[in-house]
Amino acid sequence: MKYMLLIHQGSTPTPYDPAAWARLSEDEQQAVYAGYKAINEMPGVSPGVQMQPPEMATTVRVEDGRTLTTDGPFAELKEAIGGYLFYEADDLDAAIELASRIPAARMGGAIEVRPIGGW
Amino acid sequence: MVAILEQTFREHRGQVLAALIGFLGDFDLAEEAVQEAFAIAAERWPRDGAPQHPVAWLVSTARNRAVNRIRRDRTLVEKTRLLEVPEAVEHTMEETVIPDERLELIFTCCHPALATDAQVALTLRTLGGLSTGEIAHAFLVGAPTMAQRLVRAKRKIKAAGIPFRVPPDHLLPERLSAVLAVVYLIFNQGYSVPPSRGELAAEALRLGRALAELMPDEPEVHGLLALMLLHDARLQARFRDGELVLLADQDRCHWDLAQIDEGRATLDRALALRGHGPYVIQAAIASLHANEPRDWSQIAALYEELARLTDSPVVQLSRAVAVAEDRGPRAALEIVDGIALEDYRYLHATRGELLQRLGRTAEARIALARALELADDGPERRLLERRLEKLTPTHPPPRPR
Repeated sequence: MKYMLLIHQGSTPTPYDPAAWARLSEDEQQAVYAGYKAINEMPGVSPGVQMQPPEMATTVRVEDGRTLTTDGPFAELKEAIGGYLFYEADDLDAAIELASRIPAARMGGAIEVRPIGGW
Repeated sequence: MVAILEQTFREHRGQVLAALIGFLGDFDLAEEAVQEAFAIAAERWPRDGAPQHPVAWLVSTARNRAVNRIRRDRTLVEKTRLLEVPEAVEHTMEETVIPDERLELIFTCCHPALATDAQVALTLRTLGGLSTGEIAHAFLVGAPTMAQRLVRAKRKIKAAGIPFRVPPDHLLPERLSAVLAVVYLIFNQGYSVPPSRGELAAEALRLGRALAELMPDEPEVHGLLALMLLHDARLQARFRDGELVLLADQDRCHWDLAQIDEGRATLDRALALRGHGPYVIQAAIASLHANEPRDWSQIAALYEELARLTDSPVVQLSRAVAVAEDRGPRAALEIVDGIALEDYRYLHATRGELLQRLGRTAEARIALARALELADDGPERRLLERRLEKLTPTHPPPRPR
């Protein structure tokens, strides 16, 4: 099975928000980097490319042939996707286990595990 | 013969289906194959006699059917776990030992990636003997809604890769409690409605017995079974002419004493396994409730332990009821007034009862009226109405001069 893990940062502090990030201790910051490094090096994981935060997003729609753009993500800001990775695993339990180790999952965010392909 | 077939269907459909799902990795294909196998049995058994090992016969027949079907439609192969289709040979009918994969099946049906509604429906449909229509009826939803819920759940199991297995040790406690919660939910749905829908309670008991047989070393499994047996033993006494009867007013000759004994023996088994989880404690409480006179101080102590384990305000309320019997209404009211369950009708009903016992009739009336506001139509509501009526003075108060 192949899964896409969508990382929602929620209220997780990230370096994109220096004030929030600074509230983490040095050790906590290092733990976040080490956590992502470990995930990316797991067998079966294909890391995603780094995404700028949802605040930088532009949302595009076409209505009656006109292209409309709005500032920000399609979802609510705190619900928007902040990152992703792919994971080749035996089953959903393995993917849930990996998701639970992604730092954002325990720091105020959530991971959506989405099976991909398959028709 | 029809009786044998019906009995086999009821008792073993779950096992046959589990074996087929394990073999095929596909719920729909497995259900079709099992249905076909039972249809063939209905045709052949009356003519040729029932086979010596009915379950093995049904599993092999269903497997052969499924394999033939897959052969006919090769594209299905890609959709199933069968990379190489085994030879379908009739001599597999000789097999007597069919691995029992019901446990794998129930853990799959109760996987936390499925919504609770879906877990319940799928468990009843696959391991229970209920049709989609019956499940819909029992849970008060339309048949199309229930059918869709089942289709969606089966699709998700396949698309998301929910494994067909008993979870490994590190996941087991959490997953087992999900399974037990589903079985208890089924039981309660059957228990809270009049005996006409008692078939759900019976279904939950069957599931509970199967789990106890399949996981003989898990104390909470025995705890849940004991709890259900003890509650169910009093089912007949809970309703009189369609009206709810409180435990204290129940006629004990309607209790099923043999089942109470069985429940207690099951509880002993759980305790011997050093069980002290929430189901074991609830079963112990249920067992104490079946004694006369009741040991309220021990019941209150068990509720206190249960409240600590579950952190549940509903349990605190039950504890208050026991404390009222043990130490009086004043101590109980103190507990009740510390519970934050503003919209819970039982809180107000209990409060009303305690206030009444303390002689604070006006406040009692307000509390019961609030409970009535929150109650649905049905026996519970009528019970509250009767109680409120008793508190209302039958003669108009004297006119002030």
